[in-house]
Amino acid sequence: MIKTWVTPGGVHPPENKHQSVTQGIGHLPIPEKLVIPLSQHIGAAAIPCVEVGQTVLKGQVIAKPAGVVSIPMHAPTSGTISAIEHRPIAHSSGMLAPCIEITSDGADNWIEHEGISDYEHISPAKLLEMVGNAGITGMGGAGFPSAVKLNPGRQRPIDTLIINATECEPYITADDSAIRERAEEIVEGIKILSAILDHPHNIMIGIEDNKPEAIEALAPHVDGTGISVVVFPTKYPSGGEKQLIYILTGKELPSGKLPADIGMVCINIGTTYAIKRAIIDGEPLVSRVTTVTGDAVGIQRNYDTLIGTPVSHLLTHNEYDEQAGGRVVMGGPMMGFTLPSAEVPIVKTTNCILAPSYAEIPDDEPAQPCIRCGMCAEACPASLLPQQLFWYAQAEDHERLEAHNLFDCIECGACSYVCPSNIPLVQYYRAAKGEIRHAREEKVKADHARERFEFHKQRIEQAEREKEEKRAARREAALKAKANPPAAKSETKSEAKPSSSAADIIAAAQARAAAKQASPEDQQAKLERTIAAAEQRLKVAEEKLAEAIESNSDKQAVLSAAVENTRQKLEQSKTKLAELQA
Amino acid sequence: MIELISQNPILAALAALVGLAIVFGALLGFAAEKFKVEGDPIVEQIDELLPQTQCGQCGFPGCRPYAESIANGDEINKCPPGGQSTINAIASLLDVPAPELDAEHGEESDVKTVAYIREDECIGCTKCIQACPVDAIMGAAKFMHTVITDECTGCDLCVEPCPVDCIDMLPVVETIADWRWSIPPKPGLIATDKRGELANQPVEEDAA
Repeated sequence: MIKTWVTPGGVHPPENKHQSVTQGIGHLPIPEKLVIPLSQHIGAAAIPCVEVGQTVLKGQVIAKPAGVVSIPMHAPTSGTISAIEHRPIAHSSGMLAPCIEITSDGADNWIEHEGISDYEHISPAKLLEMVGNAGITGMGGAGFPSAVKLNPGRQRPIDTLIINATECEPYITADDSAIRERAEEIVEGIKILSAILDHPHNIMIGIEDNKPEAIEALAPHVDGTGISVVVFPTKYPSGGEKQLIYILTGKELPSGKLPADIGMVCINIGTTYAIKRAIIDGEPLVSRVTTVTGDAVGIQRNYDTLIGTPVSHLLTHNEYDEQAGGRVVMGGPMMGFTLPSAEVPIVKTTNCILAPSYAEIPDDEPAQPCIRCGMCAEACPASLLPQQLFWYAQAEDHERLEAHNLFDCIECGACSYVCPSNIPLVQYYRAAKGEIRHAREEKVKADHARERFEFHKQRIEQAEREKEEKRAARREAALKAKANPPAAKSETKSEAKPSSSAADIIAAAQARAAAKQASPEDQQAKLERTIAAAEQRLKVAEEKLAEAIESNSDKQAVLSAAVENTRQKLEQSKTKLAELQA
Repeated sequence: MIELISQNPILAALAALVGLAIVFGALLGFAAEKFKVEGDPIVEQIDELLPQTQCGQCGFPGCRPYAESIANGDEINKCPPGGQSTINAIASLLDVPAPELDAEHGEESDVKTVAYIREDECIGCTKCIQACPVDAIMGAAKFMHTVITDECTGCDLCVEPCPVDCIDMLPVVETIADWRWSIPPKPGLIATDKRGELANQPVEEDAA
């Protein structure tokens, strides 16, 4: 017996697993239409690479990965692409998402494919590429692309490989029945994983003690392989990645870290089967084991279901009684979510379709006020304080929520399960997480906008400065041109520049006057005009003086002075004219 | 020395205190120079809280000038894009009571918008490009312009200058990627009173 550790908290809801394991894994007829959502995984949605009307074969790539953290999609059966459009998918929002619809031809013809049996001699990089090309994601829950998870990089060597066969959620038996029937292939898949991860020291399959048949089925195949099957007591939620790591190794995964940071990789057992099929048989991930259970269906059983099969197809083939149950849940009763419609397709992470009767899972009781009983804190497997988180989520106090490690909540629903007041605690945490993530995104966007605004301002300023500089340079050039006068005219212009001192103004005026004397003909004409005018004035003045003398006026003196003045000016002009003519 | 001190206790005490004052004064002076903070840190903090739409609805040319103005004692309720949550955040930062949003500067809207240019109608006048505070509009004179949606802050500033009115402010469509859970309705004091009312509501989650 290998030592195991015990996680804090946890609950023991009724298991209800026996109903669906009485028969083996069944097969359903191929549905007429299959809908393949382009985003069934964490990361970027795949990009369609087929056209409407195109015929495809089973296993043909119908959508290419968009980037590193993304996966391709394959046709789950042969047929014709009948639509590429938005369809309802299995999401709590009930919103539509881009999907590819295939109308099957019923032949289920495979595309040519070939596996490799001697994977030991193939480089891990090549194996990883094959895993990526097969469109494999984690099939336990979140759907993280396996090729990314299995490639932690050189700086994080992996010494422990954990295979998660816990399947702790009630009702679900997909992994259980897969192990019972496919133990050999699963162990083969684990060996491939080991080769990809450069043979880690510890390889453990973690499994709860409520699956004795599965444990028995595994035993002969792991014998002598170095793989140990670790059995531990059943408790919900032992299957959480962090919880399982603690149960098997006693190591706690630090908050915000990935298992690879402490040298571990945790892979769902369903994924190992898909990896075996991808490498050895060359088959991409086009089907998975899904449990159909709940009292509202007549047949409770596991099926090897094609990805893209509508949930309604599963239900009708299992005698679903709509009157008996009000809702259909994808996933288990603890973490699953009610489907918006039965037309949504099965995706790579769908391990269970639960159609409970009203008696089995009654509708939620109305929530009542928190009575501070503290049962949620006892049940929390992450040792958080659900009650405090509840208050802070109500108050939208993001700072305190983060301080109380809201993001370590795995949303297992154990707190809601034990709550005597029926408070939908998990929904509060999901809402709060969404708000905080949204706020963080907004912050990043705001910072980006600020940066762009600052840059914009800087650019405008720089443009303004450059314009100013150009203007200054032009002025400078003009000044220089004026400083070296090529002609008298330019000099006068330069003199005309705005200057403050009186001396400058006088000089400018003189220069202007000088400029006006430029032409001797003009001067002569002007002088002649002046002389003519002066002679006229003198004549008038002498007449006035004569009159004044006659009438003995008192203006005599003034007038005689004026006459004298005019005569002098006339004399001056005449001399000037004589000079000019000379 | 000890004798001197014991004989003049008052003078010795004075000398000691003066000495200490000089030493600490020098230390503080040095620290003030060495660890001097450039700019006004409170402006930075306020600027961090503003939504950075750069829309100018507050009456300042951008978020930072408004942050500076708040630091100088301006009202904190002039930012409609930030809304009440921004007002509350600034109020708690500055430790002042949080007022209601000043309706004079605009109304808070729950719907985020982005600018959209009807490209057929664009005449390529570059007026919107000049108006955009975050350079989110691409184009050149006499060529069609278009908005880089990811960079657009939804500030509205490009709508007014457009001579042919070909810019619309479209609400941002919520996709499945940014859908979020909502906080469940608060339980009342006596939940049983609401049993009938709640039973008619669609079930939102199976919290078993």
